[in-house]
Amino acid sequence: MHTDLIVAVPAWVLLAYLISGVCFILALRGLSGPESSRRGNRLGIIGMTIAVVTTLVTHVPWGIGESPLREQGGAVFDWSTIGLILGAILIGGVIGLVTARKIQMTAMPQLVAAFHSLVGMAAVLVGAAAYLNPEAFGIAVRITPIYGPSIINILPVSRIEMGLGVAIGAITFSGSVIAFLKLNGNMSGKPILLPLRHVINLGTLVAILGLIAYFTQDQAPWVFFTIAGLSFAIGFLLIIPIGGADMPVVISMLNSYSGWAAAAMGFTLHNSAMIITGALVGSSGAILSYIMCRAMNRSFISVIAGGFGGATSSGDAAAIDRPFKRGSAEDAAFLMKQADQVIIVPGYGMAVSQAQHALKEMADRLKAEGVRVKYAIHPVAGRMPGHMNVLLAEANVPYDEVFELEDINSEFAQTDVAFVIGANDVTNPAAKTDKGSPIYGMPVLDVEKARTVLFVKRSMGGVGYAGVDNELFYRDNTMMLLADAKKMVEEIVKALG
Amino acid sequence: MDFISILSIFVLACFVGYYVVWSVTPALHTPLMSVTNAISSVIVVGALIAAAAAGSASSKWLGLVAVALASVNIFGGFAVTARMLAMYKKRDR
Repeated sequence: MHTDLIVAVPAWVLLAYLISGVCFILALRGLSGPESSRRGNRLGIIGMTIAVVTTLVTHVPWGIGESPLREQGGAVFDWSTIGLILGAILIGGVIGLVTARKIQMTAMPQLVAAFHSLVGMAAVLVGAAAYLNPEAFGIAVRITPIYGPSIINILPVSRIEMGLGVAIGAITFSGSVIAFLKLNGNMSGKPILLPLRHVINLGTLVAILGLIAYFTQDQAPWVFFTIAGLSFAIGFLLIIPIGGADMPVVISMLNSYSGWAAAAMGFTLHNSAMIITGALVGSSGAILSYIMCRAMNRSFISVIAGGFGGATSSGDAAAIDRPFKRGSAEDAAFLMKQADQVIIVPGYGMAVSQAQHALKEMADRLKAEGVRVKYAIHPVAGRMPGHMNVLLAEANVPYDEVFELEDINSEFAQTDVAFVIGANDVTNPAAKTDKGSPIYGMPVLDVEKARTVLFVKRSMGGVGYAGVDNELFYRDNTMMLLADAKKMVEEIVKALG
Repeated sequence: MDFISILSIFVLACFVGYYVVWSVTPALHTPLMSVTNAISSVIVVGALIAAAAAGSASSKWLGLVAVALASVNIFGGFAVTARMLAMYKKRDR
């Protein structure tokens, strides 16, 4: 005898989830411009509230009327469950709000990685909960034989969805943890290369897919938990060989995964809000990964395979011997004061030394002297997409002074001073000329076309993430300003008087 | 809902996502990541269902932990996005 446990969901509930999904679409749509983005964020909050309230109303045993879940139909008001749920929301909410308020803008990449790992973990936990109590999710069929206890069979389609959701969630979790440790400096940004890693990774992925297929035949706990365990392992293995500078791609990719995990869970739960959101977030992360790869002229596969930025040092010794011009803060101040236009090119080094506020002050002094100041942002400057824009916005730099690579590149030729601060490879002219260079073909900012290039750098020894020497340092029109970025900018501000 | 209707929603939403995300200005890519992070925590719906359901204590507790984790993300994600977006200002003339 079959008892179908799929409960009919009232139409208003379906509509509410749909509205919530539409709110999320509009939240992303709002990000087409800074003005509309704030309204978009509020719509996102409204969408989330609708989804949460709808779920609470329909699933929590309030004891009022009839609950759509049969087991709890007309159940007594269950204080302990309600209290526990509200408590969990409260604890999470307080941690989230405090973190969001305290976090430094320069630490945004780490924070996003940490948040990704939470989504991944939540997906795994929801998957496990659905596996342990499939009837609550309406994804099981109870078979009651004439003799013996009844058997609860999870629907085969749901098993695949659940398996995929847990696998993607687990990969998102462990991958994000590694990304977080690398970005936060708890773990070296250098790639860690295991022997035979491609074989191990491919083998593990095949094993996971095989187990998900087998899961449709056998819903034994070992199958489910092996899928989860192997997926946690592959998440670690996939990210450890990827170097710190490829993090913009990794973090976008994990963003995408967290979306696919939510979508897979949405399939399991037949929930349109989760499916729409998952698809949005999944495509968002995928597009960002694509933009980042294109900006580095690298294929997605080569980033994922890892190992980039591992080889350094070999060229360094020779590089140090080449003659270069070194300048002081006073020289820099003098040159920029005389200029008609200065273009500032920030990079990860600016974030590391927290130089954005000093930089804004320098720009203000220059503007007071009648100099036009603009900012040029390379798509992969920093450790995540848009990292530099946020830091400049934090320092109150108006966003209409900040330009993307393709919008400003032609202007360097008519610019008196290009002020490069903490960026390196994204300015390397070798990307345009030297076919043997590892960064050949990568779109770069044409800073060398400016009359003078001021290059702020800690020392001559270090090289950019690609491990290549920058031709720009030794040009006649380049002046090296060797110091900590923030200190140098502060001295220039002083010299500007 | 049957599998095909769900799949249809998913595929169409992927297309919507594709076009919407390409229209996001590159300057806002970091807020895009933090807000997508916040909305992907809609997975809290599944966590709430598990936490509210009777029948399995372990499932209930897994659900509760998931509710807490997703809540960190929802509140933290929207708050940090709002904080970032508030910083983007035009030149005052």
